[in-house]
Amino acid sequence: MNENKGAIKKMMIILSKATLENVYAAFVLANGARMEGIEAEMFFTFFGLEAVHKKKLEHLHVATVGNPAMHIPTMLGGLPGMEAFATSMMKKEMEKIDMPEVPEFLEILSASGVKMWACRLAMDMFHYKKEDLYEGVDEVITVGDFYKKSEGEGVHMLFI
Amino acid sequence: MEKTIAGKTITVNEEGYLTDFNQWDEKIGEALATEANITLSPRHWEVVKYLQNEQKNQVALSIRRIGKSGLVDIKEFYQLFPNAPLKTATKIAGIPKPASCI
Repeated sequence: MNENKGAIKKMMIILSKATLENVYAAFVLANGARMEGIEAEMFFTFFGLEAVHKKKLEHLHVATVGNPAMHIPTMLGGLPGMEAFATSMMKKEMEKIDMPEVPEFLEILSASGVKMWACRLAMDMFHYKKEDLYEGVDEVITVGDFYKKSEGEGVHMLFI
Repeated sequence: MEKTIAGKTITVNEEGYLTDFNQWDEKIGEALATEANITLSPRHWEVVKYLQNEQKNQVALSIRRIGKSGLVDIKEFYQLFPNAPLKTATKIAGIPKPASCI
């Protein structure tokens, strides 16, 4: 931590969930790093793969069950259409604060030089192929490869 | 705080951003760019002028807005100002650092 006064040089962000709020958290952190001149790489694993799956990335939802901060009673959160409703409410608010939707956000990340990796194991588990994924995804790699890419001073890792 | 650059005295905040745009001129812009290891090309100047104009019109600057400017796309913006483009470009342009997270 003493090198360069602990300056952050690179953020390695692991996204393992596909709920909209988690996907946005990962995207904002990656983009924010690039804006500060910090390198950023993302590793999409398990459900996080849906954020870069061509057929799914436009249909991500907010979690309305098991999320006390939604202030919706759990019983109601489980009703049909609740997730879609909460998601459309959230998207409206996001547009107001100039937050792009997932496809546009991916384009911004890609243009900003964020490296994107897909987890080999999760790809096999869900029977996804590389061509099912957004074009900005660089490669399908193993956990070991990801650790290798994380070497160096000033590199921080974040699991979402 | 005061700072002498390109033979002039300017007032900057603790991060080095001009606090009064009236003190800015192209010579100062060039000197600030040199401090950021950037040699300004005509293309850089187009972006700098664009940012100043947006600031004048009180548009909140963000990376997303730059991408939609029609002047420069995000990829080229990062190529022109490789290290923290929005922060660097606004500093050179003599306008405040955008508070945007996106």
